[in-house]
Amino acid sequence: MQYKMKLTPEEEGVLNGSQGEVMAKVMKTLVLYGDAFGAERFVPVVGKGHLVTSFGLSVLQPVFDIMDELIGAGLKVEESFTADPRPIDYANVKCNLIEKLIFNKMMYGAQDPYEAQLQKLGLKGEDAFTCASYLDEVGNVPKKGDVLSWAESSAVVFANSVLGARCNRNSGIIELFGSILGKVPEFDLLTDEGRKAKWIIDVQTTEKPEAQILGSAIGMKVMEDVPYIKGLDKWIGTELNESTKGYLKDMGAATASNGAVGLYHIENLTPEAVELGDALIREDAKTYVIDDAELARVKNGYPNIWKDPNAKPERVFIGCPHLTFTQLGEWADRFEAELKKQGKTKVALNVVMTAAPAVLAHFKKDNSAAYAKLLSYGIKLTSICPLMYMNNPLCGKKAVVTNSNKLRTYTTARYFTDAEITTIAVKGEI
Amino acid sequence: MSKVFKGRPVVAGKISGKEAVVSHQGVNTLASFQKSALFKKKQVICSDQNNPDLYQKNLTDKVICLPKTIGSTTGGMVLYSVCAMGIAPCAMLFSEPIDSLAAAGVILSDVWVKDKTIVAVDTLGDEFLNYVKDGMKITVDEDGTVTVD
Repeated sequence: MQYKMKLTPEEEGVLNGSQGEVMAKVMKTLVLYGDAFGAERFVPVVGKGHLVTSFGLSVLQPVFDIMDELIGAGLKVEESFTADPRPIDYANVKCNLIEKLIFNKMMYGAQDPYEAQLQKLGLKGEDAFTCASYLDEVGNVPKKGDVLSWAESSAVVFANSVLGARCNRNSGIIELFGSILGKVPEFDLLTDEGRKAKWIIDVQTTEKPEAQILGSAIGMKVMEDVPYIKGLDKWIGTELNESTKGYLKDMGAATASNGAVGLYHIENLTPEAVELGDALIREDAKTYVIDDAELARVKNGYPNIWKDPNAKPERVFIGCPHLTFTQLGEWADRFEAELKKQGKTKVALNVVMTAAPAVLAHFKKDNSAAYAKLLSYGIKLTSICPLMYMNNPLCGKKAVVTNSNKLRTYTTARYFTDAEITTIAVKGEI
Repeated sequence: MSKVFKGRPVVAGKISGKEAVVSHQGVNTLASFQKSALFKKKQVICSDQNNPDLYQKNLTDKVICLPKTIGSTTGGMVLYSVCAMGIAPCAMLFSEPIDSLAAAGVILSDVWVKDKTIVAVDTLGDEFLNYVKDGMKITVDEDGTVTVD
């Protein structure tokens, strides 16, 4: 078969079986993948990997078969990798017997053997399960210019945009293959040209836009294109501090799930925009103006697909993607103020907040007062993926509310702003 | 009467007289295939409520005609999995250049699944997607020529 990518003699050898039959199949997959996008060569991956597949979903047996082939051939990720969150935590996210039966028998019955496979392939550690792998506590923080082989759309868009790393929106398995090979085909967001903006987003709101709605509006408009966002620094500043990073994490996840954005630039804020400014904008870029009315239009357009549209909410999920240390503290303050306002001491709904295991440990240790407050309000802290919980057909039928536009997009959960969700959680109704 | 379109074969193969199922919006792979795969059905009935073109339609052994796929980065491995399970569409015909998730799915199927594949042709253009309708018979040649009857 004729391939278009230009391979080095060593790469050619791998393709022809110099490192075994399984590695040759890994290489063939990546060469075909590169050919599909006009890649001319491989470039080396820097640092750790990140896998989107963290769940032992029984139906993914064919994926487990590939893992077995890789393990059998003695292949692994030398630099180690993190993975998306685990699906289940019965201690903090209660389920009834039938729900548990579906989780344990029909859905995630292969969780334990799958985690054993991940360990053999180079998982960073027992607590390496989070979608926000790029946070300091987790220890998979790429540097500007690093080439990555990651999947998980929210992590890819953060690494590209906020950290200035270079990563395509890879699919599950492809990201593992790139990490094993230590190389990825060079195309799209790995190239200077591919990182140029096809859209100018002109933010003209009269107040700081809600991150999750702004990201949703941008994603739905530009789909997979790169947007250059102007006017947002007026509201979130020009410094990439912890608070700003939390905002950008949430905005980015919404652009990636409501559209397919893998990279955005923010004028005067994100690293490449600071360095290159308007030179990042293509000459033929289109403009999308976002004002208060546009944000309201987008939010009002979200469908209510609850079985009973007028149901009383049962559960609240906050933290998709996983919360940062700073955000956990901000939520403690937000709930404290709202409880005081409504004259209550505990939330009225089943409120679940999610963050990486290492972030929760940091929060418990270094902001123990806020940690204790959240628990005393009746709020549960966990490290699961809310999306994987909602994938259970029984759980998906529940009236769930969330501040995550990603969770709204993929499940029946209804979206509300941070302020609205706080009020609902304390009051017990919409 | 038949009409011929020319695209780029991403995974080349021959398909003859298979039935088209058409989506005018991006197909969310996870949302579309997950439910049938989860319950190990013998056929995939599209479960994506946000896609009125495909919702509740049978996708197994059909030719899905679409602009591109969207959604979770699990998309590629979901396509690969349904191919390995023998319940995948027989072909995917893209009006636009193929996206990275769909490319991963059809290439993984091609390399890692024995005796089964999902033929994929992209850049068939808007005219193709405007012309093709549910139920039309599709023939695909190795060189990316697509004939719609």
